[in-house]
Amino acid sequence: MDFELSQDHKVLRDSIRDFVVKEIKPIAMQIDEEHMIPDALVKRMGEMGFLGSCLPEEYGGAGLDMLSYVILVEEVSKACGSSGVLISAHTSLACGPVYTFGTEEQKRKWLPDLNTGKVIGCFLLTEPDAGSDAGAISTSYRRDGDDFVINGSKIFITNGGYRGTGILFATSDRNLKHKGVSAFIVDLKSPGVEILRNEKKLGIRGSYTTAFAFDNVRIPAENLLGEEGEGFKIAMDTLNGGRIGIASQALGIAEGAFDLALAYSKERKQFGHPICDLQAIQFKLADMYARIETAKLMTYKAACLKESKKSYVMESALCKMIASEAATYVTKEAIQIHGGYGYIVDYEVERMYRDAKITEIYEGTNEVQRVVVSKLLLS
Amino acid sequence: MFLELTQEQKLIQETSRDFARAELEPLAAKLDREDDRPAFLANLKKLAELGFMGLNVSAAYGGSEAGAVAFSVAMTEIARACASTAVTVSVNNMVCEVIQAIGSQEQKEAYIPRICSGEYAAGSFALTEAGAGSDPAGMTTTAVQDGDQWVLNGSKIFITSAPYAGVFVVWAITDRDAPRGKGISCFLVEPGAPGLVIGKQEEKTGQHASATCEVIFDDCRIPRDALMGRLNDGFRFAVGELAGGRIGIGSLGLGVGLAAMDFATRYATGRVQFGEKISSFQAIQWMIADAYTELEAARLLLMQAAFRKDAGRSFAKEASMAKMFATEAANRACYSAVQMLGGYGYTRDFPVERYARDARVTTIYEGTNEIQRVIIAREILHSFA
Repeated sequence: MDFELSQDHKVLRDSIRDFVVKEIKPIAMQIDEEHMIPDALVKRMGEMGFLGSCLPEEYGGAGLDMLSYVILVEEVSKACGSSGVLISAHTSLACGPVYTFGTEEQKRKWLPDLNTGKVIGCFLLTEPDAGSDAGAISTSYRRDGDDFVINGSKIFITNGGYRGTGILFATSDRNLKHKGVSAFIVDLKSPGVEILRNEKKLGIRGSYTTAFAFDNVRIPAENLLGEEGEGFKIAMDTLNGGRIGIASQALGIAEGAFDLALAYSKERKQFGHPICDLQAIQFKLADMYARIETAKLMTYKAACLKESKKSYVMESALCKMIASEAATYVTKEAIQIHGGYGYIVDYEVERMYRDAKITEIYEGTNEVQRVVVSKLLLS
Repeated sequence: MFLELTQEQKLIQETSRDFARAELEPLAAKLDREDDRPAFLANLKKLAELGFMGLNVSAAYGGSEAGAVAFSVAMTEIARACASTAVTVSVNNMVCEVIQAIGSQEQKEAYIPRICSGEYAAGSFALTEAGAGSDPAGMTTTAVQDGDQWVLNGSKIFITSAPYAGVFVVWAITDRDAPRGKGISCFLVEPGAPGLVIGKQEEKTGQHASATCEVIFDDCRIPRDALMGRLNDGFRFAVGELAGGRIGIGSLGLGVGLAAMDFATRYATGRVQFGEKISSFQAIQWMIADAYTELEAARLLLMQAAFRKDAGRSFAKEASMAKMFATEAANRACYSAVQMLGGYGYTRDFPVERYARDARVTTIYEGTNEIQRVIIAREILHSFA
């Protein structure tokens, strides 16, 4: 076992860190306040290869491995959780399934624009009555000549506000449950696609969380992803990979908050000493760091397993669970170390605390991760 | 042991619950999103008229003489609907109590009835400074005598209710040569005092309707008789009165935690996934069981601290235990509530998102929970010495 990053990964990490410090960190508060990531930053991330990092170069990707992708999301999320999830949802949930399940034609058609960030991708599975129970979706499709016709609605769609390319899940017959679900590649500018709203949220406010209505939306038959009836399997497989991205985001948020809390504890004087001289603060720092290291090891392990094409379902569920709970814990303690200052928006830990909570919820609530883990343990 | 509220305490609980449901709850989400100070202040006025601003204050000064247990249950009920209103009520009660404890007859008559009646929307407790949070003895604001006036210089931060307070209880150093915590005195400052400036209002994670401001003293001149209590003997009262305030904040936390769990539990009995109500899943049942158990334990700790206060016994350790436990239980309950609602819990369309933001500060203000642990441990270790 070798727990060191390779020289290549270190160089990559440092160059991402440079970019983040120069171009994302200074506007992270603005992104939170204005509830959007500036288009210029999205464009820059595309130019830097951030939006197709682990996809092959022949389809416009950067050709990096999974660990590089993890490091990318982690480093970006240290400064801005909203930018981190933009990359993660785009890469894991849109580029990923097109590459894994798409035909050669589909890959050539959709991936270059996605991988270079010309078009932002999203994943349309969740519905008002189908959250953790994704097999219960009611958005329907039917064949009509050379088209499929989609009707229904989707909610909580990360990156939906960009109206780019969506991986949409719909059912031919609700009674078939999982077996009736198929996946489609959809241009979200198509007629009949309506954005109902972008949600107002506790955190990751710069990230769009969009509700859509689909009213007789026609999709060419060639946009079916995989076989008919394979949709649920595609969704679950995609989310397995996506969880590594969310774990990386959570890890980054935790590290960002930890760095700020550590620095603050050295500067802040009370009782005539820096508060880091107090054992209560020292132990908080130790506990926070322990959670971060655990989360990092688990997330890196899941990425390496996926990269080497080994089974990683258990590990992706574990890393998502561990990293997201580390993030809420570490950000909570970071606020506490900042005292009253941690509760006001002038301090970045305030935002990080709000951003962290969603990582326990999206891409499968942590309750669903526990279902995955315990099922594997018991089978 | 008799673990029932008295008739009077029950009546106060019911009155506060009814008022909170009818008047506070319908406004709470709006006040979180947008500033509507007139509506916020109008409700404070009504609460004053119902007797909630001086629950533990003598009737001679317009108080209700209902005691600390009644104060605790009222705070919980008010906070179930609106934490911003609850914190204002808690601070108002604390300000009345500190004036009653150490003020002169004239000072008591001048200020307490005005807060109790609602003539003053609020009173402010101005102790914290930028460099003196958990360590209030490290304050640098000074008061110097000049003829028949005191001249105050310095600034206080995180002052609840500052823009609409009728009176500020201010601590300042009056003897620079005294040992730490010794040369500090307490003053009553009116908002019109020359040189008193209300600074910017902080933007916070939660409790948006409650204003939290910097208060600046720039050669602020106040009359000589604005000194409250004995010269150079103010600090122990600052620390002492916070113990009573902690019962208020713990009770506030309990109220927010209960509101979150009540909402989430009701949601769980309606939300269907996998063909069943999610309340039929053990994972959800355990969240409910854990949260309500912790909140019930918090309630008992709060009742114990309040009961001891009413009985005239020492209660500082018990108040710290109750504040620490209740506010941490409340935060866990709020995050479990968000979790039970899944993605919906993270959106502003459901109140648990607000509860989670409002609850967060309760482990910080009125003495961070780290300070509560210091107090608890100190007292326990003292008894072993």
